[in-house]
Amino acid sequence: MSTRTGRKVGTPQGVVGTSPLRPDGIPKLQGRFEYAQDLAAEGMLWAATVRSPHARARIASIDIAPALAIGGVHACLTADDVPGRATFGLEHPDQPVLAAQEARFWGEPVAVVAAEDLDTARRAAAAIEVGYEPLEALTDPEEANRRDEVFRRMRIRRGDQSVRGAVVVEGEYEVGMQDQAPLGTEAGLAVPDGQGGVDLYATSQYVHVDQEQVVASLGLRPDQVRSHPTGIGGAFGAREDVNLHIHLCMLALHTGRPVKMVYRRSESFTGHVHRHPAWLRYRHEADRDGRLVRVEASVVLDGGAYASTTSAVLANACYFAVGPYTCDSVAVDGVGVRTNNPPCGAMRGFGAVQVCFGYESQMDRLAHALEMDPLTLREINALETGHPLATTGQVIQTPLPTVEVIKSLQAMPLPEAGPSDLPTELPGGSGLTSEPQHVTRGVGYALGIKNLGFSEGSDDYAQARVRITDSGAVVETAAIEVGQGLVTVLAQIARSALGISHVEVAHVDTSKIDSAGSTSASRQTQVSGGATLEAAQRLRERILGQFDGDVLDDEGVWRGDTLVTPWTALAAGDWEETVTFRHPPTTMTDDNGQGVAHADFAVAGHRAVVDVDVELGLVKVLRVDTAQDVGLALNPQSVRGQIEGGILQGVGLAVMEELVMGEGVILNPTFTDYLLPTILDAPEVEALLIEQEGSWGPYGAKGVGEPPTISSTAAVAAAIRAASGREIERVPVRPQDIALP
Amino acid sequence: MIVELTVNGEPVTARVNHPGSLLDLLRDDLGLPGSKSACEQGECGSCSVILDGALVCSCLVLAADAHGSAVTTVEGISEPGALHPVQEAMHRAGAVQCGFCTPGIVVAAADLFAVNPHPTATEIKEALAGNICRCTGYGAIVRALEGAEIVADR
Ligand code: FES
Ligand code: FES
Repeated sequence: MSTRTGRKVGTPQGVVGTSPLRPDGIPKLQGRFEYAQDLAAEGMLWAATVRSPHARARIASIDIAPALAIGGVHACLTADDVPGRATFGLEHPDQPVLAAQEARFWGEPVAVVAAEDLDTARRAAAAIEVGYEPLEALTDPEEANRRDEVFRRMRIRRGDQSVRGAVVVEGEYEVGMQDQAPLGTEAGLAVPDGQGGVDLYATSQYVHVDQEQVVASLGLRPDQVRSHPTGIGGAFGAREDVNLHIHLCMLALHTGRPVKMVYRRSESFTGHVHRHPAWLRYRHEADRDGRLVRVEASVVLDGGAYASTTSAVLANACYFAVGPYTCDSVAVDGVGVRTNNPPCGAMRGFGAVQVCFGYESQMDRLAHALEMDPLTLREINALETGHPLATTGQVIQTPLPTVEVIKSLQAMPLPEAGPSDLPTELPGGSGLTSEPQHVTRGVGYALGIKNLGFSEGSDDYAQARVRITDSGAVVETAAIEVGQGLVTVLAQIARSALGISHVEVAHVDTSKIDSAGSTSASRQTQVSGGATLEAAQRLRERILGQFDGDVLDDEGVWRGDTLVTPWTALAAGDWEETVTFRHPPTTMTDDNGQGVAHADFAVAGHRAVVDVDVELGLVKVLRVDTAQDVGLALNPQSVRGQIEGGILQGVGLAVMEELVMGEGVILNPTFTDYLLPTILDAPEVEALLIEQEGSWGPYGAKGVGEPPTISSTAAVAAAIRAASGREIERVPVRPQDIALP
Repeated sequence: MIVELTVNGEPVTARVNHPGSLLDLLRDDLGLPGSKSACEQGECGSCSVILDGALVCSCLVLAADAHGSAVTTVEGISEPGALHPVQEAMHRAGAVQCGFCTPGIVVAAADLFAVNPHPTATEIKEALAGNICRCTGYGAIVRALEGAEIVADR
């Protein structure tokens, strides 16, 4: 036994509250990090997908013979070859694995092929002859509503419905269809295990739900399918639904060979769900002091051809239709319609983004009608801890620093007046189209609120395991690292709880651990983090109890100044703890939309500063400053990264990002035509973290991924409105909306 | 056809049967997956390499046209076992999230620093205008590279 000589207990490095370097940073910087696109296996075949060129068509015939006649083609599979359940879906399995009698959206998969190489696979896909009989496509959401083609209707009624206010503002707003556009397209590799089972390595945010859906559609036992977390290039909601997963496993089992598939960018745009386009109608009523007394809202979301998560997105849009404001008389009606447009589902913000543009536009209108400062109006109505949410009536238990967010935004300094002398900083950028004298400056504010974690009574849990190893400890999880830094923060949590510095995170497959749920809803730091914390705490207590020690550090177990159990002895034991963490329960709401639908909440506010050339309709977003409720920041650098990245996606929706539809066809499914913000479009960002200990996240954490996207769009729209004097009732704001209103 | 070129200082020979790009050649035939494929039409910069001294999108270069050329990919941007100052700076600044844009940004930034060791924020932005990053909002990338000279001078 060694004795501690004048040495303090070792302080572990890389704990919560610090910003340790990402363990995957150097491999990513060196191009050595392995993404799903980079996978390869001995004897691997390449796959390609045949997609419907029609928004709606009857499939009269499929002739695979011409494809099979091509040398090197090993399989051509259609709906008839799906061995198990013919459909899949995150909430309702209504989407065919491969379209059978009818194709219901442009780009819907009809057949898949596997061949010796990619070129052959693509030639084979092109050679398959599908006899389509085009049918009339339903692409107008209003018409779909009239025909009762709906996934869900929502009705929220809270308080006395007869209340009327002295000041009334009404508005109609529209939000275009945004794409997550993760930089890595969908990709995967399926490897048959030789015993009828399969290992899947594919882009995913939620490997357990992929595994369940593969099991169902392949008609296999659960233990025959293992889904492995794999390196992915971003997600933002696009990887919650199955796309190539079942196809790859079918082809691998059919051919007995490993099969790889990588979507091209244009396929990626049809191969994943999008953010729902929305049509909003609002009526806000207030008394003369600015207090909201009545809010009425109608929300229409186009869910596209299949259910995906439309029901949950619609619910969220309706629950947050009033925003972070109190009001005791509320009526919200919502509908998610079914059309022949591309399916829509999860994207960062999940319904809360669309309504935020509506309610914040309304708050500005109300402030204008009352001749009141827009932030003062927001402060008068701010929703805080202890208040009921205006829609569901759920009393907010978590710290909700809405007023502090508002006051922080108010206090942030504004940039110097007037446009920059740098021509590239003017609207139009390097196009050098604007003259400084035609440029006007505008400032706009918006606040947003978002739930954290899954809602409406879903059993939202995450399992994590902490295990002692030779060098320290490992956190095992099936939670997906999408880029946000989960791989760093779970290690930080375990280090803090165990008291040691050497902790790694291992992303293990579905056979090794229970589900961590989806990397979505800003939930993993709280839920998988909660499981990690509890497992590490229990493990530490058990170890200290076993050896009657009082301190655990990187050397081992100490009793006073004596090292009673060195690490090597600990590592020889079988020390591990597995914990399944559940957050406070939620419930499905009643017929009036009342109930405890959410587990936690966060608020954020944004102030945008824009320069606009009104004549040309051009916008330069100069700054988007923010104050965000983050609980306690476990990794300040990662939090800032989420804030800056989330804001830029919000800016994208405000001024450039839209999938343009023509009769159900995406007209711009390329990076040339779907515009993503570049580094020259990125505004300066000052981010103020409002830190108040959250109610149940590990070490007081709250999820931080989504709040940056909720109100940044609305703030930019408000700033454009202020600069241009235009109403701005639609995002993205197009040049013609400013120049030719 | 047979394509002979120098990749990261090593002479290589590949039989190109496909009408593919230099990017395909690097990734699929030469086992260098560091260069990423995200749009295959010159819009995102994920596939950036240095071809005979010029920064190019390797997805826009025909593999056959690279015959006789010298190519530097992200795998060859630094000495073996070491980090390029740009890599070091990006790592420290938290400029890497999903990392899919990262190799292209490393190559483009290294190309900038080779000719301009002390770029301003505007020069950094102009040099990286062809590289899309969907995760970071670019803030950490600019902060990293504004400080990169410090690392380089060390
Ligand atoms: S893949 Fe070459 S520029 Fe996008
Ligand atoms: S870090 Fe994900 S695209 Fe840049």
